[in-house]
Amino acid sequence: MNSISTDPGTLPAGPDIKPKLSRDDMLMRGSMMVIALYLIVTLALPLYTMLSKSFSTYRVEPSQYEFQVSDEAGVFDGTILSGGELNRQMKVFADADLVTGSDGRLPVTGFFPDFNFRSPVMYQIRNTTNAGRFLIGSTLKEGTDWVELDSNTFRRVQMRPVQSRGMGNFVSYFSTPALFNSIKNSLWISVVSTIVTVTLAFWFAYALNRSCMRYKGVFRLIAMAPILVPSLLPGIALVYLFGNQGMLKELLFGASIYGPIGIVIGSVFFTFPHAFLIISTALAISDARLYEAAASLRSTPWRTFWTVTIPGARYGLISAAFVVFNLVITDFGLPKVIGGQFNVLAVDIYKQVIGQQNFEMGAVVSVVLVIPAILAFAIDRMVQSKQVALLSARSVPYQASPNPKADRIFLIYCSLVGLFIVGLLAVCQFAALIKFWPYDLSLSLKNYDFNKMDGGGWGSYFNSIKLAFLTAVIGTTVVFFGAYLVEKSNGFKLGRSVFQMFAMLPMAIPGMVLGLSYIFFFNNPSNPLNGIYGTMAILVICTVTHFYTVSHLTAVTALKQMDKEFESVSASLKQPTMKLFARVTVPVCLPAVLDISIYLFVNAMTTVSAVVFLYSPKTTLASIAVLNMDDAGDIAPAAAMGMMIFYTNAAARIIHLIASKGILTRTQAWRSR
Amino acid sequence: MKHTTSFLAALAVGALTATVAASETELTVYTAVEAEDLARYAETFNQSYPDIKINWVRDSTGIITAKLLAERDNPQADVVWGLAATSLLLLKSEGMLEPYAPAGVENLDPKFVDGDNPPSWVGMDAWVAAVCYNTVEAEKAGLKPPTSWQDLTDPMYKDQVIMPNPNSSGTGFLDVSSWLQLFGEEGGWQYMDALHENIARYTHSGSKPCKLAAAGEIPIGISFAFRGAKSKADGAPLEIIVPSEGVGWDMEATAIVAGTANLEAAQKLVDFSVTKEANMMYNTGYAVVAYPGIAKPVEHFPEGLLDAMIDNDFEFAANNRAAILKEWQSRYDGKSEAK
Repeated sequence: MNSISTDPGTLPAGPDIKPKLSRDDMLMRGSMMVIALYLIVTLALPLYTMLSKSFSTYRVEPSQYEFQVSDEAGVFDGTILSGGELNRQMKVFADADLVTGSDGRLPVTGFFPDFNFRSPVMYQIRNTTNAGRFLIGSTLKEGTDWVELDSNTFRRVQMRPVQSRGMGNFVSYFSTPALFNSIKNSLWISVVSTIVTVTLAFWFAYALNRSCMRYKGVFRLIAMAPILVPSLLPGIALVYLFGNQGMLKELLFGASIYGPIGIVIGSVFFTFPHAFLIISTALAISDARLYEAAASLRSTPWRTFWTVTIPGARYGLISAAFVVFNLVITDFGLPKVIGGQFNVLAVDIYKQVIGQQNFEMGAVVSVVLVIPAILAFAIDRMVQSKQVALLSARSVPYQASPNPKADRIFLIYCSLVGLFIVGLLAVCQFAALIKFWPYDLSLSLKNYDFNKMDGGGWGSYFNSIKLAFLTAVIGTTVVFFGAYLVEKSNGFKLGRSVFQMFAMLPMAIPGMVLGLSYIFFFNNPSNPLNGIYGTMAILVICTVTHFYTVSHLTAVTALKQMDKEFESVSASLKQPTMKLFARVTVPVCLPAVLDISIYLFVNAMTTVSAVVFLYSPKTTLASIAVLNMDDAGDIAPAAAMGMMIFYTNAAARIIHLIASKGILTRTQAWRSR
Repeated sequence: MKHTTSFLAALAVGALTATVAASETELTVYTAVEAEDLARYAETFNQSYPDIKINWVRDSTGIITAKLLAERDNPQADVVWGLAATSLLLLKSEGMLEPYAPAGVENLDPKFVDGDNPPSWVGMDAWVAAVCYNTVEAEKAGLKPPTSWQDLTDPMYKDQVIMPNPNSSGTGFLDVSSWLQLFGEEGGWQYMDALHENIARYTHSGSKPCKLAAAGEIPIGISFAFRGAKSKADGAPLEIIVPSEGVGWDMEATAIVAGTANLEAAQKLVDFSVTKEANMMYNTGYAVVAYPGIAKPVEHFPEGLLDAMIDNDFEFAANNRAAILKEWQSRYDGKSEAK
């Protein structure tokens, strides 16, 4: 009341007016919630579980045990000794010794300086709490009853750790030089690979966009080929080229391919298409008027290059650099195959989890690995948001003019890069057909007899196709529908921006980390979704989530091109939104839908990192079989399986191309007048 | 239970899971037996029990052990058939094994059966460490064949030796634990310090060093005898060397995982695993099997291997496994490439 009297200019606040939600709006918000819930369950919750796991430590508590010692005649005088007290007096175990993994164990005889396994002295031991556990030999003892043992048996007693929470894992991680060293190694190879890849890809893209070189189409195809194979395949090719029996071993001048050299060369191979695509897009559009201005100011080509070309492509370059950096630092297949003793973070996770049963330490390394990955991702997003339209309505698209000398140089350059890519693939195919490299060079199909090798045999190949197909169908549906809801529903700003954030998150999460967090979250009997652990379903879910972001962005881009008027018109015609979605939106966006599905298919065929923790005997995968066969030393069959993945993906691409041409001519006729 | 859960999963993501055929029992069997032998093992088993289908999960010893321990509260395996006894002792200490005395267990060499009654695990065969030596590559590099473990520390073998990483490989672990038993705690680590200078790299699996030696990637691979014999049969120019100090070995063994839903079928499998027939099947690759008196010599197997087997203390190996691996990792893992 007061406020009205002091300020007569304002009117009393009326009731809040909110538009009434139509049934349609309710439906859309409901569906959005469902997909948001999907992302929470498949992404946020597992990651949270993993984070909390990294703080879960195992520690032996000597104070949880009590002892009695008899005299030589075996008579106990009733004195009870506390293990904690004994440890303090005798200084047997320092604090760092007590922190162990979940399978740690420590002997107790050190508490008794007079101990001799031949003496007739008897010992009694018990846990002071029900949580305590100790072993006699291999038999687990729980509960607080006294156990009487002779000296010889007493020496077999081992204390077991109990679970607690704290920073212990992180402390022990940063005090293990071998592990800590991996951070440096990872950053080092990622930076080197990024510089090399971006430089190579830039000139390749430059040649394709800014020169009048011939065979551009062929080079474009070749540049994209590495996307079709698992990242560990170049590693296998490098073993055949530069290994101790390698065909081109002399080129290394005695250096070993097993280590940073191999990782960098392989990384350049598998990240090349990603960098090329981004830079090529950045170079594709440019304003010819700027070049005309530069020419009329008599600028040298060199100066024009640095003042016009590079600034125009700078966002593309920065973006490509961070994408490559992220791919290299989170990749684990390649360093696993060719890394030798050069440890990197992603392999550390695998070693900790798979080799040493130390899931907690695996979670710690994951947390460490996520930090640079998220940083690179965040910088990339910032840069991309600054990418404003370089092309205004008045721009004149740049057209390259022929320059025979430069064109020839570009052709040679592109041929060399193309030779590198095709060469590595050809070496793999060649190796797969050789009977017993290097002693028996006759051709044979022996290496295709996958059923006699590790990795699940031919079954795993068909499982991979099934996974890729399901991922493509289910993933495309979920992603596109989700993107539509976010893009086209009215109001509900908060919900939409939260959804956007969740949709962007998967890109920043390394596959290994995602896979590991899935074990923690889904392989827990108290989780109602526990049933999907070990099935194809969890692989599909994991793969869809892993590759959600790029698919989502593709869908959003396509949807943004559609005017909101469509929704208004359909609303005024009293048509349900879902009808509009099915009849108009999907057909119009069909090219994007097809792109998403082939993207998901190809990635599901080649992915290793996330699913390596999740496959089961019935769901072995071809990409994992490549890894496992290489692990077991069956390198030629691994190459054979890798090439099977390549051919399958290539075939899928071709089918996709033909299908989309057929469909597009029928549905996209409206685009051309 | 299996049906309901897979039904739920199917609901959640849309009929993805295959339904289990009702007529036959399926057993999920975890194993570290060489991949190429699995089909033969399953086939022989199915001749006696055609209505039990085996679904193999095969990986290196360390990985299978890790998998089993990780699934401690929610076991996925029904039976473990062909895993190192040291690993089974670990599982036993976690209360993860179902004690069961298979029919005919009394026929086996008692050394191959768990001491408790009923036993938690029964042995199958012994797998023995050995050194695979590629004669062609060694000659090119001008090497002399080593005769003992100590020989391998000779500077002439610098970067010419590959051995498995004991963290993931059972073979690697039995090497390390045998050196600690042969040379004593301190001497063992001293020996490994010296050997580390010659190691080109540590591999993830125990058969890989020998396969790499067979392929000429490296002249010397520390691996196990059976793998070497196989590669030799494939035509690789290999010599299988038994170091004179003695060689480490471990037992492959069978056990039922506590809490299995298919106890009856699991027991049948374990019954089969101790039969004479099964032991003859193991004998194809392993010169020492649990069933006394039936072992025939294995082709390409080095002579004197059996006498070289050390008196292995499995309990020492199992109870000190974590400590040994921790020490090993801090000494050698990634140290060589520190920059």
